[in-house]
Parts: sequence; C-alpha cells; structure tokens
Amino acid sequence: MATASVTSPAGSRSIDEIRAEFPILERRVNGQPLAYLDNGATAQTPLQVLEAMDRYWTEHNANVHRGVHTLSEEATNLYEGARATIARHLGANPRDVIFTRNVTGALNLVAHAWGRANVGEGDRILLTEMEHHSNIVPWYLLAKEVGAELDWVPVDDEGRLDIAALEGALERGPKLIAVAHISNVLGTVNPIADIVRLAHDAGAIAVVDGAQAAPKLPLDLAALGADFYGFTGHKLYGPTGVGVLYGRSEVLEAMPPYEGGGSMIRKVTKERITWADVPARFEAGTPPIAEAIGLAAAVEWLEGVGLAAAHAHEAELGAYALERLADVPGLRVFGPPAGDDRVGIVSLEMKGVHAHDVSEILDRHAIAVRAGHHCAQVLMDRLGVAATTRASLAVYNTREEIDRLIDALHDVRRVFELG
Amino acid sequence: MDDLYREQILEHYKRPHNFGRLEDADLDFEDTNPFCGDEQHLFIKLDDEGRVSEVSFEGKGCAISTAATSMLTDELQGMSREELIRLPKEFVLDLLGIDISATRMKCALLGLKIVKSASLGSSADWDDEGRPGDPSEASTAGI
Repeated sequence: MATASVTSPAGSRSIDEIRAEFPILERRVNGQPLAYLDNGATAQTPLQVLEAMDRYWTEHNANVHRGVHTLSEEATNLYEGARATIARHLGANPRDVIFTRNVTGALNLVAHAWGRANVGEGDRILLTEMEHHSNIVPWYLLAKEVGAELDWVPVDDEGRLDIAALEGALERGPKLIAVAHISNVLGTVNPIADIVRLAHDAGAIAVVDGAQAAPKLPLDLAALGADFYGFTGHKLYGPTGVGVLYGRSEVLEAMPPYEGGGSMIRKVTKERITWADVPARFEAGTPPIAEAIGLAAAVEWLEGVGLAAAHAHEAELGAYALERLADVPGLRVFGPPAGDDRVGIVSLEMKGVHAHDVSEILDRHAIAVRAGHHCAQVLMDRLGVAATTRASLAVYNTREEIDRLIDALHDVRRVFELG
Repeated sequence: MDDLYREQILEHYKRPHNFGRLEDADLDFEDTNPFCGDEQHLFIKLDDEGRVSEVSFEGKGCAISTAATSMLTDELQGMSREELIRLPKEFVLDLLGIDISATRMKCALLGLKIVKSASLGSSADWDDEGRPGDPSEASTAGI
C-alpha cells in the first residue's frame, strides 16, 4: 500500500514524515501503539512548537512591555511577533488580535465587555442548539444579569443548522448571534459567511466560536466580516493556556475593558483611569508569553504542511471513517454525510453500550477517543442521547488507525455480547 | 475473560435489578455524574420502623454505574437511614469486585451517593464515609 502523503505548495510531506515530528505518537498504551483520535479535545504538538517555546524559556524569558533591558525587549518582540504571525494567518490586522487564555476566555471577554455595554433588559441573544457550553454559558450568565432572552436556532435531523429558522429568529432583532464555525460533536461546517451576512442584515453582530475550525480551515477574517472570532491554541497543534480573540476594529475600539490590571491602562491616578489602545486594553496582566510564541509556531508549522493539503487529507480520512463505520452493526453515527460541509469529527452511539464503556474498551486497543456529552448538553438533548463516543481526526492520522478503530468497535460488541 | 466487564457486571447492566419508579416513595433523590452527565433517580420506601422495605432506581448510565447501583439496591433491604448514611465506599466496591480506575470511580459510587443523599435529604459528598447525626433531623424526599 502506498504511503499517504500531504501535498502542499510548500512541498510534499508523507504522513510518516509528519508523524515523526510528534514524539508522543510513538507512545505505546496498554502494549500497543497509540492511535490518537481525540484531536477535537486537544491536538498533539510538533517538535517545532516545543522547540520555539523551549528557546523562549532558555534564552529570552522576561516580562513583556515593561523593562528596557535586553531580555525584556526580546521577549516583547517575540510576543508581538507571534501576534503578527497569527494576524497574517487570519487575514487580520495585528491590532485586532487579542491573546486570551483559550476560546472560553475569548467568548467570556466578548460577553463581559461587549455584552454588558450593548445588551440590556428585554434584548435577545441568538444561540444554536449545537453550541459548546463555552458559547452558551457566558451568554446565559449575561442574559440572567441584564434580563435578556436567549433564542435557539434548531439543528435538523442531518445535523445541520436550520437556516430558515435562523432567518426567522433574526427577524426578532437579536443583538447578537453566537455560533460555532464547526460543531465539535457533529463535524458540521456551518455556512458561516452566510450567517454573518444574515446577522448583519438584521442588525446583529456575529460572534463565532472557531475552536474546531481554526485548525482545519484557511481563514480570512477580514473578508468573513465576523465581528468576533475566537479559537484556542491547544486544538491547533499548539500549547494550552493561550487562545485568540479576533475582533473587528470598529467594534473593538468602541468596547470597554474586560479585566482590569497592568498593561491595559494608559494612565492611572486616584481620580481617573484611562485605557490603553486595542489590543492591550483587553490583555490585563502578564500574558501567556511562551504559549503565544508556541501558538504562532504552531500556525507556521501548519502553514508549512499546508492548510489545504491538511484539510484534504483529513476530509478523505473522515469520509473513509464514515464509510467503514456504516458497516459496524448497532451504530448510530451523527452528523451530515461526507461532503464539503463535514469534517473528520465523528460522534457515534453503540446501541446497548454506554459511551464510556465504548471508550474504555477502545483504550485497551490504545485508541484514544472522547466519551461524554462533549460540553454540548443542549445538543445531546436534541439528539436524544446522554453521551456519545467521538473520534476526531488530525493531519497525522492514518487509514490504519481508522481500521483499528473499526476492529476495536467490533471488540466492544464482543465484550458486551451483542452477537 | 474480561475483568472489568465480567459476566455479573454485564448481567446487572443489561437487566438491572430494582429498576423503575416507586410512585409512593418515602425518600427519593436524583443526581448526576458531573464527568459524563449520567443521571440516576433512586426511590426508597420505609416500613413502620423506618427501615428500607422497597427500593428502586431509574436513569441512564454506563455498565459500571448501572451495575453498581443495581447490586447496591439488592443489599439495602431492612437498613435504617442511619445505616444507609454510614455505608462506606468499600461496600459498593466489594460488591463490584473489580478494580475501578480513578476516572471510573464516580461511575461506581454514583448510586451510593444517591442512597446517602436520599437518606440525608440533601446532597452527600462523593467521599462521604458516613456522617454521624440524627437522621430524624434530615428532611425528606427530593429536595
């Protein structure tokens, strides 16, 4: 069998070559080679990223935007350089890129700073049934605090957003719609450009949770026009502890601060405090410097592989997984069929076996998947399940790993005596 | 021979004992495993002496949580609320008779937590080893 490869403008790398950049993929679990299919929760980190962070710690570590000594200047340049790299990757201006602790931090920032300034009693906030809790709970808290109402865009039977219902809900004049670019459970790619346009036509702002999309899709945020777009580092082959909130300049300029502290002020007196310019206004305290540098290195690594090539590989693998899963008896597979609006995130339910038990048995075969409600209990209710088992793919996954997943699912049936 | 999913565990999972609702329960409590969202609802009827005369549970759960609660409910007949509150973790773990990893411990102990909570009339701690106290002061059912 020919070795799969990822071909990109930057060149062509075999999957074996890519895998070699991830030492953790050589691990053995329960005596077998690890098949890591839990990338939707956290993706693994390549050496290039680890080395970038290591270099920072061993050669440049100092606080940013403070000292005039050499190390502080180097650290500041690396940190702001990371912002510039990420901004270029997103098709954005560096001023519009705020470092947060993760996507949860990004969405909470919007709910606090923009939400409290712009959402009041009786206002409506539009969410969708497929949102992760990080794009539900901050809005719920805001709504409770100011007396606003939450509306929900339903998910149809194939696992797509009901766009007609979305348009209907927009007619009620919500202040904002908060929507995932890609569902972390269903793998559905939402028509985000259309949703942003519809929202703007209705006078709402669009807040996009890009946690699953940023590692998978090329982004041009200036062209997309979303008012806010958040994602996290550790799902994008980077470290934990850092995320990004992009905001449209006009919206960010008008937005009051979120957390107070060092770095986010222009001047503090006993009588009066004035705020720093964007983005510093939204980065109180010492930021995650090494992690931001690591995230920029991850972005560069992914660009080196080629996002289009990585996406093509994952899409092909995802389609293969859906095809093979269809032959396993007793499985209910969620989400749209293979196609342009579906990525390699596959949630399933095995009739008669709880998701945790499926995951436990897969782990015996050294297959790492996620089991549970995936922080999407509203969606679990919609699907009529308490939990699902989810395999989520990354650029380094292989057909052989999918085959092992299928074999292990047959073993689940054997253990549970499902015939 | 599968250790975790041995025959008896699977048997209790597929056909849990004491499964269903008790409409005229004296004590009941519903709780969730925060790790996975699984829910169980437990019902207890007491006799004139305040001892368990009937017990049942319902809910969705994994093999471990369902089997653990199924086995546990088989053992509660005749116990007082005081005795229920003081049941140690080992009581359930011995019934299961298998090694439970840290990640599955809450699955194994969900039923016990609910039994204690029903007896206390308020949510018991996961690590509760049995609290001394006058059970008559505990309020009843389903708070």
